[in-house]
Amino acid sequence: MADILARPDGVAAWRRNWAHAVLPLAILAATLFIQGPLAHLPDWAVVPLADWVGGGLNWFAREATIGGVKVADITRALATAAEMPIDWLKVLLAEGWVTGAGFNKMHIAPPLSWLGVILATSLLALRLSGRGLALLTLLAGAYLVFFGLWLSAMTTLASVVLCVITALALGLAMGIWAYRSPGAEAVLRAVMNIMQTVPVFSYLLPTLLLFGYGPSAALFATVVYALPPMVHATVLALRSVPAETLELARMTGCSRAQTLLKVELPVATPRLAIGLNQVVMMTLNMVIIASMIGAGGLGYDVLRALRRLDFGAGFEAGMGIVALAVVLDRLTQVAAHNQSTGRRGLWKRRDTAIAVLLLLVPTAASLAVPAFATWPDGWTLTTAPFWNGAVSFINQNFYGPLEAIRTATLLGVMNPFRDLLLAAPWSAVVLLVALAGYALGGLRTAFSVALLMLFIVVTGYWEAAMSSVYLTVLSVALALAIGLPFGIWVSAHPRLHQPVQLVLDTLQTLPTLVYLLPAVMLFRNGDFSALIAIVSYAIAPAVRYGMAGMAHVPSERIEAGIMSGCTPWQTFRFVRLPSSLPTLILGINQTVMMALSMLVIAALVGTRELGQEVYTSLARGETGPGIVAGLCVACIALVADALLKSGAARAARHEGAVHV
Amino acid sequence: MKRVIASAMLALTLGAASPSMAFEPESDQPIKLMIADWSSMLIDTEILNIILSTYGYNVEKVVADDSARYPGFESGDLTIALETWQTTQDKAFTASVATGKVLDMGELGPHAKEDWWYPAYMEEKCPGLPDWKALKDCAAAFAAPETAPKGRYLSGPVSWGGHDEERVKALDLPFEVVHAGTDAAMFAELQSAYERKAPILLWIYEPHWAPTVYAGSFIKFPPYEAACYSDPSWGENKTAAYDCGKPEGWIKKMAWAEGEKVWPCAYDIVRKFTMDGKEVGELVYEVDVKARPVEEVAMEWAKKNEAKWRSWAACAQK
Repeated sequence: MADILARPDGVAAWRRNWAHAVLPLAILAATLFIQGPLAHLPDWAVVPLADWVGGGLNWFAREATIGGVKVADITRALATAAEMPIDWLKVLLAEGWVTGAGFNKMHIAPPLSWLGVILATSLLALRLSGRGLALLTLLAGAYLVFFGLWLSAMTTLASVVLCVITALALGLAMGIWAYRSPGAEAVLRAVMNIMQTVPVFSYLLPTLLLFGYGPSAALFATVVYALPPMVHATVLALRSVPAETLELARMTGCSRAQTLLKVELPVATPRLAIGLNQVVMMTLNMVIIASMIGAGGLGYDVLRALRRLDFGAGFEAGMGIVALAVVLDRLTQVAAHNQSTGRRGLWKRRDTAIAVLLLLVPTAASLAVPAFATWPDGWTLTTAPFWNGAVSFINQNFYGPLEAIRTATLLGVMNPFRDLLLAAPWSAVVLLVALAGYALGGLRTAFSVALLMLFIVVTGYWEAAMSSVYLTVLSVALALAIGLPFGIWVSAHPRLHQPVQLVLDTLQTLPTLVYLLPAVMLFRNGDFSALIAIVSYAIAPAVRYGMAGMAHVPSERIEAGIMSGCTPWQTFRFVRLPSSLPTLILGINQTVMMALSMLVIAALVGTRELGQEVYTSLARGETGPGIVAGLCVACIALVADALLKSGAARAARHEGAVHV
Repeated sequence: MKRVIASAMLALTLGAASPSMAFEPESDQPIKLMIADWSSMLIDTEILNIILSTYGYNVEKVVADDSARYPGFESGDLTIALETWQTTQDKAFTASVATGKVLDMGELGPHAKEDWWYPAYMEEKCPGLPDWKALKDCAAAFAAPETAPKGRYLSGPVSWGGHDEERVKALDLPFEVVHAGTDAAMFAELQSAYERKAPILLWIYEPHWAPTVYAGSFIKFPPYEAACYSDPSWGENKTAAYDCGKPEGWIKKMAWAEGEKVWPCAYDIVRKFTMDGKEVGELVYEVDVKARPVEEVAMEWAKKNEAKWRSWAACAQK
């Protein structure tokens, strides 16, 4: 515990600290005198990057050719090819064979019966994992059927399955490439970081230009969104393969391909599974946005319900997405786990026969009994009136106090903070951020964060960006203030881990719009509703990392603390907190990323910031501004990432140095 | 692909016994009907889908954004849209037709109107409504804590345009314009206020279900003329444009120009396709308020009005 006792000695500390305290103060004082172009960039100095990007992309999508073939023709061919498997899956799962339409519509063959699909999947779950997962699968299936969501769920499943497979395959391939070639890794890392932080709405229009409207555009957008975590996870997983194992492979004379397939990938499977989990979650996250550009399914049900202000029906369809997500996630996790622990032969040939029978018998029966094909509308359950009634009841009885909270927060905290950020001269803000970069990570960090900030300045999105920063900072602060302590508290109660995981998964896959609109009813359009939306989404990583941080504190240290007579609070303050600090800072980093990725969704309740710029240019069909504003969001994310990562590295070094 | 397999199956299994296919469509290329996110368009497009597919056309419905549709129509990614509202799309539509790549297919029938709207119970709190001048004296009645002493006017999503900021300035109204994020968020606020009989002033458009469910009226601004938006000297305020209400007007059908050569008969049907404004309002009510599926409501209409739409399809009846 030398670190508590050590006091920085006089002169050296002062020298170190002047960068930390004096300079920022000096800059702050100077801001009062900064006027003119250094405070607000004049219009003539703004680089019309948006126009160039828009023009360039339009040319690329309409005129550009590769070897005499139009780029657009190539992408269209790809789109048609991608649509085929989606169509087959849809025929199989949702629509059945249909010919003709309108008055001449004829069914040739029914889709697989819901009963068959649910039973066969449950059998799979039973064999791979056990009764628990089989029961969960049954329940999820029953929910989809009884609430009349089955057809939409299968339409969604058809495209989700293809998205997951594509993102998985591409992610693995790119990850392996990056693992083998350091040059490729640097490039890929930069590209993935941008892909992860540019909001989906900003590349939706170019996607539509290249791939046309429809499921394949949705597929492309979803894969771009879900790919980065798979690539990161693959690189990490392959790196974690012990050197001795690789040595063994080399000694036994494995070829490169053999090493990869027989040694590296199997050993890395548990870590690859984390990437797979992220891919599944993020794909289902995109269901709503995908349905905006022609994917249909549950996402479309949510949008339709919300348009008629049927919050209950929207909630039910949203929970349908959660049900799909949970089952898909648990099944893929358990499959990956079995693979890595060598549990094989669980699925016997006899099971295949049973599964085929389970699928075919109810499907054949559905020719005679239509209820096996589609659950009759009259038999569906709904809880929608209850939810609608609840929202309406709260609105009529508790609006007063809620309005008081909203007004106080808005007038007392949010608006003043926003005005402060908007009034700050850009030059001073850039300098301060650069200084923070220098203090945390050195000259390189300072230089790169300053460049990123300057990009925002010269493209003319400074004020919108400051509004984004204000919303993000407040939401992150709130999410951390609630999430971290809660996560830390939960980590001490192992029995709560499972249910909390389930709640967090729900928060991350339940479409935000589902609870955003009731929030609008109670808190009106504007920044306060946006704050609630962002916090409820960004709180999940705060809780997760709070739990993870505490779980990884070495037990010897805690024991040492208790032995030396620390009270529980002292153990926490001086042992647990310092040693989990790097993980906690990474948690803050993830929370910031999540909050930034929610800005675009928050635009749907009427914010005025970068997210709104992106959303509006999508609605207006302007490619350029959408992409440039999206890149500005990415810049903010990268600045936050650079600062926090260097902070985490420092904390880790510090921690290591003390305890060596 | 699905269609190919399906028709192959059909040919194999049914052989000669295929249903009466008196009319052979000019092309089996898919006709792509655009659907956007509001209900009237979903319903009338589904009706057109039923009609065209009854005559054997290969029809696809494609979701597209209201304002983002034009590149799609110019390149042939979208073939037909039944609703283009003059109120918001006038300029973009005219410009797109001028390229020669897009056809104006005539009016659909219903009359589009949109403007500032208030619930009936606000007349007590602000006597003198619906005349716009009354707004000058009752800003306080429409105020929210963060806009006080100014009134709060909830405008549509930024992407709708609408020139409300300019209108407020030109008519010197003591109001702050707040933009809703989406259409749904806007009506969520209306419902919330209406349940509590609380003050609200917002942008509403017709045909829509809201005016049939909530009692209220449009503010009567000086009526729109083209000159009002372009000529500052026009109207009340001699130095500013936009000193009038929002334009009302047609809802037009549009189509990809080259499609005329591919499916002349389908284009003829689309030109003749019209709906009555009141009829559309009722269909929208069935879907939005009674929560019935669009397909069911459209099929019901098609069954009831078979003679009517068969008469539009004269070219397919030979």
